[in-house]
Amino acid sequence: MIYLDNAATSFPKPKETIDLLNEFVLNIGGNPGRSGHTLSLDAARFIFEARERLAALIHAGDSERIIFTQNGTESLNLAILGFLKENDHVITTSFEHNSVMRPLTFLAKEKRVSVSVAQCAHNGKLDVKDIKKLIRKDTKAVVVNHGSNVIGAVQPVGEIKKTIGEIPIIVDACQTAGSFPVNVAEDNIDILCCSCHKGLYGIQGLGAIYIRNGVDLTPLKFGGTGSRSESIEQPLFLPDKYESGTPNTPGIAALLGGLRFIERTGIEAIIRRKQDLRQSIVSSLSDIPGILLYGDNDDRKQLPVISFNIKGKLPSEVGYELNKREIYTRVGLHCAPVAHRTIGTFPEGTVRVAPGYFTTEEEIAIFIQAVREITKIS
Amino acid sequence: MTYFLLFFTIHDVLRAEKALKGHHVDMELVPVPRNLSSDCGMCIKLRGDLDGVKPYINGIEMDKCVSYDGKEYRTIGGR
Repeated sequence: MIYLDNAATSFPKPKETIDLLNEFVLNIGGNPGRSGHTLSLDAARFIFEARERLAALIHAGDSERIIFTQNGTESLNLAILGFLKENDHVITTSFEHNSVMRPLTFLAKEKRVSVSVAQCAHNGKLDVKDIKKLIRKDTKAVVVNHGSNVIGAVQPVGEIKKTIGEIPIIVDACQTAGSFPVNVAEDNIDILCCSCHKGLYGIQGLGAIYIRNGVDLTPLKFGGTGSRSESIEQPLFLPDKYESGTPNTPGIAALLGGLRFIERTGIEAIIRRKQDLRQSIVSSLSDIPGILLYGDNDDRKQLPVISFNIKGKLPSEVGYELNKREIYTRVGLHCAPVAHRTIGTFPEGTVRVAPGYFTTEEEIAIFIQAVREITKIS
Repeated sequence: MTYFLLFFTIHDVLRAEKALKGHHVDMELVPVPRNLSSDCGMCIKLRGDLDGVKPYINGIEMDKCVSYDGKEYRTIGGR
């Protein structure tokens, strides 16, 4: 079995992830921050440490600015629905995932929010000037995909923020967190959304959002927080304001394991390894006759997310053949129809190959050989 | 004298604990005494020199600081 779908979720997980998940479920199990007993407190400690380490990884400073959510999609919904108000104007790009496009479309229909889309080039490159041109007096935010889940292109979020000045930037870092340098302090990011089960090596069912001090969002959820229990009003302090209800503590424990793995291995080493894997796949695929590769493949500083097609074949046929050989990729539109329109692969989509830190050169060689065989099937 | 330090969130309680432990302050986490707050959470209980340890937790907003001499609880600080 060869797993090349790490852009959907990373697999396998590091030993630390499984160890801490086991430790929590077997020996802790309490509901954090709710009761005064040791197991409740121990559960809260897992969350505290995960929050601290995630804050350190993305250079967030104060860890209370990190909020845990169900997934990257919930983080983006909290950012977009919680920040934009009726009649606001927002700018986004033609490389966004539906977790950005759908809440924006909802706001456009229901709250008369006006959405402008900056067109990226077919290779994923975004000209920052194109965002600047779209700024209006009533522009309230710019929502930008940091790293593409279709072709792995990375956008210069720091440069974009410099260009838009005081206008808040909302960054979708679902693909980049743990796979590319993310620095909210240096890049002056206002809101950063990520999932925790991809490059951060947690398990599915956990996301996070960083909210800069001074940025206020309307929560998506209201309810019990274990704090201010005498009041029927939602607390205003973080992280409780945005974290109502029992959290996914097993998921957060697993994330803590993932973050310890990243620290032990070194984020630079992980990023280097992933970029090398991308390079290796891209150069091998480009040698195969009949392969259509998307994106800018001269740029080494991209994510290990590669899209291709075989001339004359549907991506679904290629995915089927790979699956028969126990090679797991993801075919289709990857929940990003606007990105596929931008690269010219809508509506069929592409075959997406996403190696992970644990992918070996041998596995890549087997995958490449399989693609060669599939190109020859008539 | 015994002191109870109450914070707004369990996150801040743990942040304060980390800071105090880093300076080897003798303290423990205890359930918030019900006469001090209706919160379901924990607070920090410490004995001795409050003024000496306060600088360690300067950056963490305290909800309430209560002294206890064995007879009477007195709110002596906080928001």
